Amino acid sequence: MTTNTAPLPPRPPPCWRCRIALLLIGVSVIASFVYLGIDYRALGSAESLRLMGKFIAEFFPPDVSPDFLARVGHGALQTLAVSALGTVLAALAGAVLALPASGRAGWLPRHAARFALNFLRSVPELVWAALMVLAAGIGPFAGALALSLHTTGVLGRLFAEALENAPREPEHALTLSGAGPVAAFSYASLPIVLPQWVAYTLYRWEMNIRMAAVLGFVGGGGLGQLLYFHLSIFQQQQAMTVLIAMFALVVAVDLASARLRKGLGPAYA
Amino acid sequence: MLALSEFRPWALFDGGNLAVIGGFLAGFFPPDGSPAFMALLFKATLETLAMATAGTALALLIGAPLGFVTTRALSISRIGPGPGRVQAGVVRQAARWLLMVLRAIPEIVWALLFVRALGLGPASGVLALAITYGGMLGKVYAEILESTDTRPARALLEGGSGRFAALCYGLLPNTAQELASYTVYRWECAVRASVVMGFVGAGGLGQLMDQSMKMLNGGEASSILLVFLALVLLADLLSNALRRLLA
Repeated sequence: MTTNTAPLPPRPPPCWRCRIALLLIGVSVIASFVYLGIDYRALGSAESLRLMGKFIAEFFPPDVSPDFLARVGHGALQTLAVSALGTVLAALAGAVLALPASGRAGWLPRHAARFALNFLRSVPELVWAALMVLAAGIGPFAGALALSLHTTGVLGRLFAEALENAPREPEHALTLSGAGPVAAFSYASLPIVLPQWVAYTLYRWEMNIRMAAVLGFVGGGGLGQLLYFHLSIFQQQQAMTVLIAMFALVVAVDLASARLRKGLGPAYA
Repeated sequence: MLALSEFRPWALFDGGNLAVIGGFLAGFFPPDGSPAFMALLFKATLETLAMATAGTALALLIGAPLGFVTTRALSISRIGPGPGRVQAGVVRQAARWLLMVLRAIPEIVWALLFVRALGLGPASGVLALAITYGGMLGKVYAEILESTDTRPARALLEGGSGRFAALCYGLLPNTAQELASYTVYRWECAVRASVVMGFVGAGGLGQLMDQSMKMLNGGEASSILLVFLALVLLADLLSNALRRLLA
């Protein structure tokens, strides 16, 4: 065996930037806790634990009188309706905005549409809901509008990206052979992107169901409004029923979408 | 569906509603820039950031151990038949259910509950973030650990090493980057979430926003909205930079 005298490769230099980043993260975490000044000892003291226990005990047993269950059922249906309506409106508006945003109409419409989409997207649903409650009055319609405004921003961007990534040749071929722009788009590009658009819309619907459940906190109807109402007047047992309904709704949506995705997976991959 | 959601577009053009929203939006210009309000705004922004950071740190403390327990990549009992298979399965399933309960209830609902229990203030927001994001981090950590090449860890486990050593030497070298970048992404989400947490009284910018909206003070609302957008953008940039550094 020949002795290999080649030296070992040099030890890589220490990553100072990583260390500094880690240090900064550590410092900011500590600073956050100090700044907030939460008295964690008080949180864990016997007195507050007893109060906590009493507070939790008030939630049991949940109210399961048929009357109230019917109201919760109505609230759950309303939540579903709000999320569905919001998503449908958003899909329509998103598709309309995605056309200029994908750069089919030139530079200026493209940037204008992108700016509008970014703005719609960066305001959270709850803030839109608080604004829409002023514009449309308290109720589920305000919630649906709020959802649709935020979701338009998200879907519009995803739709536009799908359009940009779709091959252009089929549409060119139709246009060159004399089809109008509308016909060329609907027979060449739309069939390519539609499955993706549908998949994105379903995915957002799933997220919107979760969001619709809490929009009621600012007056957007549905389960959230029931929860907020009953907690405000200290009816903890009723609130518990609503919480259970919310939990069941979210878990059901989770399971359903996991199953659906398993079934649809390859088609949308 | 339309009936259930009380679909009434004409309500938008109702005289009373138009007057309210018109007056409110008209107040948006100019944004309120008075020094007193700016000081308040600055404090609320810091509080929002601190809430997000503290919440994510606590979420890490909840999520990392649970992810470590639930991941199948580190299961000794799955390697072959042996004692403790049933117990291990039960523990893993229990931890998985716990994670699901933690993340199934939206953070703002937790915040609302904690505000009732602990009173107004950022403590409720921090705890709410910690619980929900702990559940999400735990689940995603477990999935990341499973989706990487698990053979090194398995070799270590078969050679008789403990689970923790197998994690450190078998899985972390491959996955540390992805784990860290997902955590940073969660922090970004936490900033966005803590911005609205105040709507239920959990401190930060949201609380300020809620007050200005209830008083229909458009000028204040528009400056808050601007800070809001800047903050979300900043969190976006910072988290992208951090993730690039880690990559």
